[in-house]
Amino acid sequence: MTDLQFLTWTRGPGLDLAVAVFLLGVLWRLIEIYTLGRKKDLAAPRHAPGASGLHTVFRRSLPPPGMLKRSPVSYIGGYVFHIGLAIIVFLGAPHVLLIKNLVGVSWPTLPSQFIGLTAVVTMAAMVLMLADRINKPVKRFLSTFEDWFTWAVTFLPVLTGWMATQHLLLPYTQMLALHILSAEILLVVLPFSKLFHGFTLFGSRWYNGRVNAHKGVPV
Amino acid sequence: MQGPLIDTLARQGVTRRTFLKYCATLASMMALPPAAGRAMAEAMAAVRRPSVIWLPFQECTGCTESITRSHSPTIEGMIFDMISLDYQETLMAAAGHQAEEARQNAMKANAGKYLLIVDGSIPLGQNGAYSCIGGRSNVDILKEAAGGAAAVIAVGTCASYGGIPKANPNPTGAVPVSDIVKDKPIVNIPGCPPIPVVMTGVLAHYLTFGSLPELDDKGRPKSFFGETIHDRCYRRPFYDQGKFAKTFDDEGARRGWCLFELGCKGPVTHNACATVKWNGGTSWPVESGHGCLGCSEPDFWDGGGFYKALSAPADPLKFAAAASVVGAAVGVGVSFANRAKKNKAKATHETITVADLEK
Repeated sequence: MTDLQFLTWTRGPGLDLAVAVFLLGVLWRLIEIYTLGRKKDLAAPRHAPGASGLHTVFRRSLPPPGMLKRSPVSYIGGYVFHIGLAIIVFLGAPHVLLIKNLVGVSWPTLPSQFIGLTAVVTMAAMVLMLADRINKPVKRFLSTFEDWFTWAVTFLPVLTGWMATQHLLLPYTQMLALHILSAEILLVVLPFSKLFHGFTLFGSRWYNGRVNAHKGVPV
Repeated sequence: MQGPLIDTLARQGVTRRTFLKYCATLASMMALPPAAGRAMAEAMAAVRRPSVIWLPFQECTGCTESITRSHSPTIEGMIFDMISLDYQETLMAAAGHQAEEARQNAMKANAGKYLLIVDGSIPLGQNGAYSCIGGRSNVDILKEAAGGAAAVIAVGTCASYGGIPKANPNPTGAVPVSDIVKDKPIVNIPGCPPIPVVMTGVLAHYLTFGSLPELDDKGRPKSFFGETIHDRCYRRPFYDQGKFAKTFDDEGARRGWCLFELGCKGPVTHNACATVKWNGGTSWPVESGHGCLGCSEPDFWDGGGFYKALSAPADPLKFAAAASVVGAAVGVGVSFANRAKKNKAKATHETITVADLEK
């Protein structure tokens, strides 16, 4: 298989399969989760200021008092790489072009140099968080294979994408193909791993906030 | 037209100075040291026309047209006259048995020394019956001719990588030269058609040094195919600035912005178009407003569409509808299973009273 055949595969059949598995997995899990259902809470609802689903959705985005000081790497690094990923995926020109091809909508993009810089910052934050996970005994103890695996699956598309645009290590064709392949692996893994939090995050926050608000507890 | 090349050139009105300049240009294009230009001029001026046999197989004659006509009359064209082209169906006057006889004679007289040029792919389907010359299949002729050749030059993408005949679904079972000839040095000069100077460059290299130029992993001369179109493109700054033509007639297209979004395959295509240009340096595809098709790469015809940007997928939603239906069905199925589990648990639940505990 030549470079171009590899690239053609990743852009063609590879992507077809990855998108199919992604859609299948996302629908499966969303339907499964949201049809689980819970018994109705028959107790009379209590009311407390700041206790509601919506409150919790926002509140959980901020570190609880004192936590930022105790684990700054988790919070700051976490913010940086999540925002970085969002900028790269949703404001990088080739990615917006991909989205336009997929669903037909597009929007203005940022210059490639800025996206390149964002990728470097994002990778630095992710590496720092990985080092923190390895260094802190508690974090290391709590980490399972899934944690290491999902870190790698998230990191690789950023690394290969950046290396492709910077023409590092491998010829552009090969690197671009590897980049697309790594993004496809991410698509396949996402619905069946903790990365699915991208979809369930706000729903589960709302659920927790709502259940506790019924008991008069702002969480 | 016997005798050293320089005499023939002189007869055609090419001065020694012009010839030296040409050799120096050729040497610099091939990234050879400056002294190589002189060496090339000396070697080529004195050369006794080497025998060249040109076999056309499954092809459109575009490669021959490109090489014989686009620059004519120039030194490239003349050097082409200077090799002893003993067999070339398009150019030779002879036909039928006489032509085949000329080929046989040339092969016998120069056994082990002649250069074999091939354009076109070789069909293997139906025992090669898809393309025959003088009642013999292409694969048969190629095997025979390659046997006595010093080296094989595969001209054009068809001969180098199978090209359009090999494109999906490849009805004739077309294969490139390198699939048939295994024991001779092969130079691939892909392109649809290839750039004339690349062809003459390789010939000049062979005549001067008696060897073939350095090749990349796809068998192409590194000096011409070492860099991508994109890396040498004069529109590259627009790519870096994120300025793209969105259609072929918008403001961006008129301003000469990057054609990436219109499907240009420049970033993955290795060729010299951006530096050597076409038609005597007049222009080249991107300069005339159309993106690169990637014609010098294997399987460029099946590369997912000429007008699809490289970052855009070929047909990503192919299985989307089916996958969504299956996903939803699995979700609903699992959901029913969960409910059944819950109901079963509820049904088998035994209430315990305080009295039970005190038993």
